[in-house]
Amino acid sequence: MKLGIQINEGPYTHEASVSALNYIKAALAAGHEIFRVFFYHDGVNNGTRYASPPQDDVNIVNTWSKLAKEHKIDLVVCVAAAQRRGIVDEGEQKRNGKDGNNIAEGFRISGLGQLIEAAIQCDRLVVFGD
Amino acid sequence: MSDIKKFMYVNRRAPYGTVYAWESLEVVLIGAAFDQQVSLAFLDDGVYQITKGQDTTQLGIKNFSPTFSALGDYGITNIFVEKESLEKRGLTVADLIPLKYEDENDNYAEKDSIKLVSASDLVKVLEEQDVLLNF
Repeated sequence: MKLGIQINEGPYTHEASVSALNYIKAALAAGHEIFRVFFYHDGVNNGTRYASPPQDDVNIVNTWSKLAKEHKIDLVVCVAAAQRRGIVDEGEQKRNGKDGNNIAEGFRISGLGQLIEAAIQCDRLVVFGD
Repeated sequence: MSDIKKFMYVNRRAPYGTVYAWESLEVVLIGAAFDQQVSLAFLDDGVYQITKGQDTTQLGIKNFSPTFSALGDYGITNIFVEKESLEKRGLTVADLIPLKYEDENDNYAEKDSIKLVSASDLVKVLEEQDVLLNF
């Protein structure tokens, strides 16, 4: 089955992101395809490489980056939600005149159309959040 | 993307207090460009999103409620409001923003987009959908 994933909550505060990681790993192991993961609302905070949790804690951002690399998963951060919350890639840095960027490896910033497209293309859109 | 799917945006939260309602409306407006069959449902505290006379000046938060009136122009004309949710909050349809659209198949007559439905009827509508986006 072709699956689209939407994540509406940030890492650590809410379990949505970790649950989605577990779900995706299980789905891949069962032979399903992950078409795209779309990060919305505070979910965009999963995409900052500036996260540095204590060493004995899980680094959720790195877990996403690693998973994306291993399985070539498209991780998309919503641009409108990202701009509000300070998640910036090189393009956004230039466009908005910021002094740096913080997007983590394997993530890209794009529009809400990517979420709608995933919902159209996939057999299921699975949403993580409240 | 030739196939047309039935998209339903389920709005269950109050308009302010959290950002979910406003960011849901942003998805609805962007999604309208994709020529899908779109419906919205308002239930639980979500019914407050479309109540009349909102004033957020003292909150220091943007009042986005006028944007709902533009939904008709975006071709979004199926707006379901759960009857029980209104009743529990002492509200009636008269307390809601009159959301209308111009029916191009009926000489552009102005029609109501809001459909008041019981919880059990709303369940049937939800069952017909292909994609449920819950905010």
